[in-house]
Amino acid sequence: MVDVVAWLVIAVSLAYAAWCLYALVRNQIPREPHVIGAAVVELLLIVQLVVALIMLAVRGAPDQLGVFVAYLVVSLLVLPLGVFWALAEKSRWGTGVLMVASLSVPVVVVRLQQLWDGVGG
Amino acid sequence: MAEAPATNTGPGRVLVAVYALFAVAATARSGYQIATRFDEAPVPFLLSAFAGVVYLVATVALARPGPTAYRVAVTAVLVELAGVLIVGAVTAFGAGDFPRDTVWSDFGRGYGFIPLVLPFVGLWWLRRSASSARS
Repeated sequence: MVDVVAWLVIAVSLAYAAWCLYALVRNQIPREPHVIGAAVVELLLIVQLVVALIMLAVRGAPDQLGVFVAYLVVSLLVLPLGVFWALAEKSRWGTGVLMVASLSVPVVVVRLQQLWDGVGG
Repeated sequence: MAEAPATNTGPGRVLVAVYALFAVAATARSGYQIATRFDEAPVPFLLSAFAGVVYLVATVALARPGPTAYRVAVTAVLVELAGVLIVGAVTAFGAGDFPRDTVWSDFGRGYGFIPLVLPFVGLWWLRRSASSARS
């Protein structure tokens, strides 16, 4: 996979998680800026999906293609579901849900990288 | 009339999110293992699936209101605690040929030890939400 895209997704999702933690500590409920922030991370994940699909077409599939695709799908679902679950909670813990959801993004991206490198050569 | 403990609001909201992540991670992982490599090590893979089901049940039970859901949540979290302690101990100190491929192996080291901490947080939260419902 393209390292630059992966690192960008990891950096932005971690920054977003830190922002949510800051908001949680300051007792803020999830607001519009937090949703927009989640949308920015989601946008980068869509970019990553497009890059992954291009790489699959150009370079061929990694060994565990099924798992790779499953991780790609999960990477796109986590934040929308997180936002949905967070917005119904009118307290700081809604912001906490956004933090947890965004913290799962780097984990998924690292796994995607590992699965891709398994392709060998 | 005694109010049923609300486990799906406040900090419980975050807890449900974490449980949901582990439900997906454990279930998907075991589903893949069973589909592709079941013959290699059926017992750990079935254990993986069992862990996935436990997380799934805990997620749904914590997310739903009502006394029944509360009881199911307590049971699921206790089973989870027993699972991570037993499987963790067997894999960390016991028989060497037990594969490391479950969420609970080595007390959940592959998952940043979150599987070990999670049931304790779960029990704390269930206890706290019950006492706030009584008062």
